[in-house]
Amino acid sequence: MHNFDFVKPSTIAEAVAALGQEGAQGLSGGQTLIPTMKQRLAAPGVLVSLTGIAEMQGVCMGEGGLHIGAATPHAVVAREARPHYPALAALAGGIGDPAVRNRGTIGGSLANNDPAACYPSAVLASGATVVTNTRKIAADDFFEGLFTTALHDGEIITSVVFPIPERAAYVKFNQPASRFALTGVFVAKFRDGVRVAVTGASQNGVFRWADAEAALSADFSPQAISGLSVDAEDMIGDLHGTPAYRANLVKVLTGRAVAAA
Amino acid sequence: MPKDGGIGARTKRREDVRFLTGKGRYTDDINIRGQLHAHFIRSQVAHGRIRKIDTRDAEAMPGVVKVFTSADFAGAGGLPCGWQVTSRDGKPMLEPKHPVLAEGKVRHVGDPIAVVVAETLDQARDAAEAVVIDIEELPAVIDMKAAVQGGPLVHDEIGSNLCYDWGFVEENKAAVDEAFARAAHVTTLELVNNRLIANPMEPRVAVGDYEDHSGMHTLYTTSQNPHVIRLLMGAFVLSIPEHKLRVVAPDVGGGFGSKIYHYAEEAFVTKAAQVLKRPVKWTASRSEAFISDAQGRDHITRIELALDADHNFTALRCETYANMGAYLSTFAPCIPTWLHGTLLAGNYRTPLIYTNVKAVFTNTVPVDAYRGAGRPEATFQLERVIDKAARELGVSPVELRRKNFIKPDQFPYQTPVAVVYDTGNYHATLDKLLELSDYKGFEARAAESKKRGKLRGFGLAHYIEACGIAPSNLVGQLGARAGLYESATVRVNATGSITVFTGSHSHGQGHETTFAQVISEMIGIDASQVEIVHGDTSNTPMGMGTYGSRSLAVGGSAMVKATNKIINKAKKIAAHLMEASEADIELKDGKFTVAGTDKEKSWVDITLAAYVPHNYPLEDMEPGLEETAFYDPSNFTYPAGAYGCEVEVDPETGKVEIVAFTAADDFGNVVNPMIVEGQVHGGLAQGIGQAMLENCVYDENGQLLSGSFMDYAMPRADDLPFYRVDHSCATPCTHNPLGVKGCGEAGAIGSPPAVVNAVIDALHRGGFTHVTHIDMPVSPARVWQAIHG
Repeated sequence: MHNFDFVKPSTIAEAVAALGQEGAQGLSGGQTLIPTMKQRLAAPGVLVSLTGIAEMQGVCMGEGGLHIGAATPHAVVAREARPHYPALAALAGGIGDPAVRNRGTIGGSLANNDPAACYPSAVLASGATVVTNTRKIAADDFFEGLFTTALHDGEIITSVVFPIPERAAYVKFNQPASRFALTGVFVAKFRDGVRVAVTGASQNGVFRWADAEAALSADFSPQAISGLSVDAEDMIGDLHGTPAYRANLVKVLTGRAVAAA
Repeated sequence: MPKDGGIGARTKRREDVRFLTGKGRYTDDINIRGQLHAHFIRSQVAHGRIRKIDTRDAEAMPGVVKVFTSADFAGAGGLPCGWQVTSRDGKPMLEPKHPVLAEGKVRHVGDPIAVVVAETLDQARDAAEAVVIDIEELPAVIDMKAAVQGGPLVHDEIGSNLCYDWGFVEENKAAVDEAFARAAHVTTLELVNNRLIANPMEPRVAVGDYEDHSGMHTLYTTSQNPHVIRLLMGAFVLSIPEHKLRVVAPDVGGGFGSKIYHYAEEAFVTKAAQVLKRPVKWTASRSEAFISDAQGRDHITRIELALDADHNFTALRCETYANMGAYLSTFAPCIPTWLHGTLLAGNYRTPLIYTNVKAVFTNTVPVDAYRGAGRPEATFQLERVIDKAARELGVSPVELRRKNFIKPDQFPYQTPVAVVYDTGNYHATLDKLLELSDYKGFEARAAESKKRGKLRGFGLAHYIEACGIAPSNLVGQLGARAGLYESATVRVNATGSITVFTGSHSHGQGHETTFAQVISEMIGIDASQVEIVHGDTSNTPMGMGTYGSRSLAVGGSAMVKATNKIINKAKKIAAHLMEASEADIELKDGKFTVAGTDKEKSWVDITLAAYVPHNYPLEDMEPGLEETAFYDPSNFTYPAGAYGCEVEVDPETGKVEIVAFTAADDFGNVVNPMIVEGQVHGGLAQGIGQAMLENCVYDENGQLLSGSFMDYAMPRADDLPFYRVDHSCATPCTHNPLGVKGCGEAGAIGSPPAVVNAVIDALHRGGFTHVTHIDMPVSPARVWQAIHG
């Protein structure tokens, strides 16, 4: 790891100002950035910690649904979201291990947009709103591909607002080594329809499975998708699974998520 | 002796107190005043020619003391290989030089090219980025068959990538072929024994120190065998005589074989400390361990089993390609040969066996012994082909094995592959396994699983291993360049406590506890009165260290031998003090008595007399009570057992869950059942890890795809079931004083075929009868692929 300066602002305005410096990089839970720096693959001159800002912390019900501060660790979401949005709480409680869950944050996960991360599927399936220091971004507009989002340089996610579905479940199939999602499917049934978001599977990152959404909106049962198939073309192939295997998982896990919802 | 401390007691491990309270002293805990830090610059390509190394800018950077390259090792030897295998044509194996730092070419990702030594590690790492290394990348050869079929040469000077082409038993080849021609049934299986990375919890560390005024070198290193390192590095690499070289392996956090070998980093810090006149330290990062620790397994095998019409095994024929990696690691050549071919009889009476092993150089990290070492590979192929044969013949895998077992009254049993099993009872371990695993209830459990959409399968595997390595004169004939005895010095102190200096080395095995239990039992004093010292060449006798499940069988035997010398001398002293005949002296519960009288002397009376010899037969005997013994075994030991694995397969995802695992082992006598069970648990975790999770994979350019724990799957606690383990079917070893066989590797040897057999069984029960084999690891994706294949 190279040397760097470290600042820990206590307001969003201070954080935005600090991120305006040359070579500055926001640091939330550091679950991706710190290992990358240790390997000397990243060497920001200034790390701007986002975990000391009170208004970016916490879980509470509010206008539009469940508000989660962007710097809230997974462990807190797992605990505090449970009465309001159990499927989301269960997802947060299944990320990594206790050390990861007590450091990693929802905002960090979304800003990084790892194609195998869990949170993007919940945000997309819930039709959540990503709130930043300058605007509100609909989930459908936020994720733009592998490690790519609609965020501008220096823009900070401050909170995420989740509408609460009638029924929902997240089913993750672990990659055996990292226990990231080899494939994970989040199904959310709202009064006006069903949303299905898939993480871990596609070369383009998290995506909505439109055919399944249509079928499940008409009949919210595992059998409703039995006739569907998933195209393996854009799926990830690696040591842990071929594109065809991941395409199979998308369908199997969707059925199981529906059953569990 | 009450069973709270002697042989057979479940004594808690005394070493755990310091390990669990953070008081262990590992090599990385050693920091010497004035010490410098070494950072290795390693090849990022698998194969390349070094055009130029420019260290000038780096050497001008803050804190940098020197940048070393191969030029600084011009006078040094290569890292030696400790075993020479002879090819079928009578020629010795090809043995290319393994330089400390790359000379002219790099041959695998991770091959060390240069080393920056600086005041701090950060300074060394910063400067490493300023070392300019110009490498012409060459085509790499990764696939073993391609390597021997005209692939790029890993070592140009030896002219071939075929290290050796070994046949065993060569004289039997024609008879084996003839038996196959006559066979009523032949079962053939092609399989891969997947490459593994040992990943001990503690990465490797080396600290070199040099005392200018005396010329004394000290190397602190994470080694399983400090004397072997002293011999190899001193005699072959750096030309340092033993009396000027001390090697210390303090607390070591697991080895599993990967810390047996002499590594470049050890020679480097030793030499650099002398050159710079300051201590030099290197600690591997985990990433470095992935590309510099010797790896394990990596065989491609075709095995054929011939049976007669009554389903008797009549012959076995195998062909194996064994990956050596880019250089020969210390014991690499013997793993696929003498630790593999000699075990192919397994637990069976197969009369004719022939195996051909081709050892191949590739542009990958060197491969050497990993927990089990050759024996897991032999067991896997044999137990898989037997299961396949049973399926083809429509007979029970249990009964096919039982029918072909060596019978209890046939021991000692001469196998057709050189070794003689001294004792065993395979029927007993099988029966015990079937009982403990409730084999009779399996069908009911399978029916219950089916209701939940799961496929349940039962897999059986038997194993035998050759442990307690090894008779020196025999291994010498087989190509070993070392003896494989073990040593112990037993020093009785004046007031009766005992310090044992053993050549064995404990890096997780619990010797400090078990060795003390043995002494406690023999003399009848409390185990707390016995201290076990190991790991330092300056105070322990020349020993060969710990691997191959040998410590108690060989090191323990040396200790018993030395202790018997102590007891004999003590009886002489007691006879003198009690004015009795030596033949009438008895030692029991720490007291010397004269048979038929009420005369008695305590252990301490005798030890005090030995060191305060006022009333002592000085004309006949020396004072003091200290003895050294070397023990060279007359045969290997042959632990054996039956393992049963029960799985549930989710056919929709291919995910396999191990729902039960049972081990019925024969380890002979057991000193500490708790420690033995712990060893079995650990071995099973690694064997199940190989079968289900672990896989070291290179791409076609030699880049390690599984280069971190993000992609290399280690078994976690929740991947494993609660085991049922048993070692009650004991047939004690007939040729060592404790009757012990060794237990460290068994779990890793017997479990992989049990797991794969269980998965195949589950798939067949689910109707997927086209699946005859799945290579390890049987990952969800592979199982799903096999189902849909």
